[in-house]
Amino acid sequence: METRARPNRLGIRGWVVGGRWGFERYLYTLHRLTGLGLLAYFVMHIFVTSTRAIGPDSWDQAMAVVSGPLFAIGEFLVFAAFVFHAINGVRLGAIELGFAVGRPIEPVYPYQTSVGRQRRLAMAVLALAFVVAFWGGLDFFAWT
Amino acid sequence: MRDRTLWTWHIGAGLVILVLLGLHMTIMHLNATLGFFGAGSTEPTEWESVAARAGSVFFTLTYVLLLGAALYHGFYGFRNILMELNPGRTLRQVINVGLTLVGAALFVFGTWAALAAPGAATMGG
Repeated sequence: METRARPNRLGIRGWVVGGRWGFERYLYTLHRLTGLGLLAYFVMHIFVTSTRAIGPDSWDQAMAVVSGPLFAIGEFLVFAAFVFHAINGVRLGAIELGFAVGRPIEPVYPYQTSVGRQRRLAMAVLALAFVVAFWGGLDFFAWT
Repeated sequence: MRDRTLWTWHIGAGLVILVLLGLHMTIMHLNATLGFFGAGSTEPTEWESVAARAGSVFFTLTYVLLLGAALYHGFYGFRNILMELNPGRTLRQVINVGLTLVGAALFVFGTWAALAAPGAATMGG
């Protein structure tokens, strides 16, 4: 969501560079990068798969263009991006709804943040995304 | 429309994508895994498989639903990224109208492609 209170005056650097904001801040950047990549692929995918409306010859020609090892690697990257974006999206939704951040505490010195509690979920997201993407990689390249 | 409403739709569309794109990815790309469970014996990009899915009401409906959800989720997310770059008032309007028009055009085109495929399942038979 946009915010009018403190607009991003750093431009692209403002959301790419996380500085000292921590691990979750870079997951945010990766979430955006994978989202933009998936959107770009999806628009292309609409045009490629629309060839089925013309008929089998047109479809086969389109599939011949997007076949080969380079496209297989590209498709796997799309799969891995989807896996990360989906699992991290569930994490973001859960945190937005107040899950996995712990109970509210009084702001008494020494101050505590909920980052430590979120960290376990963030690590679990990365681990699960890695396992699913690895499984997908085996299916894409080793088990075919 | 208020940003809060659009954001809620964004989250809802994400959930739809999670289920339908997960299904789509599994059917299209995880052949060996499907085979392990006794399904997915044919190559999903072969014309016979494509035509069989096109003739299914379930696949046609989910394609259109996934198309709409993914376009909304993607373009609204892209809009938010652009808005965080702090554009001026006029540019904001150009971004809002431009992305809405592009998204709507892609939805119409993609829906046409899903419904116009030879043997596609439509409400008219």
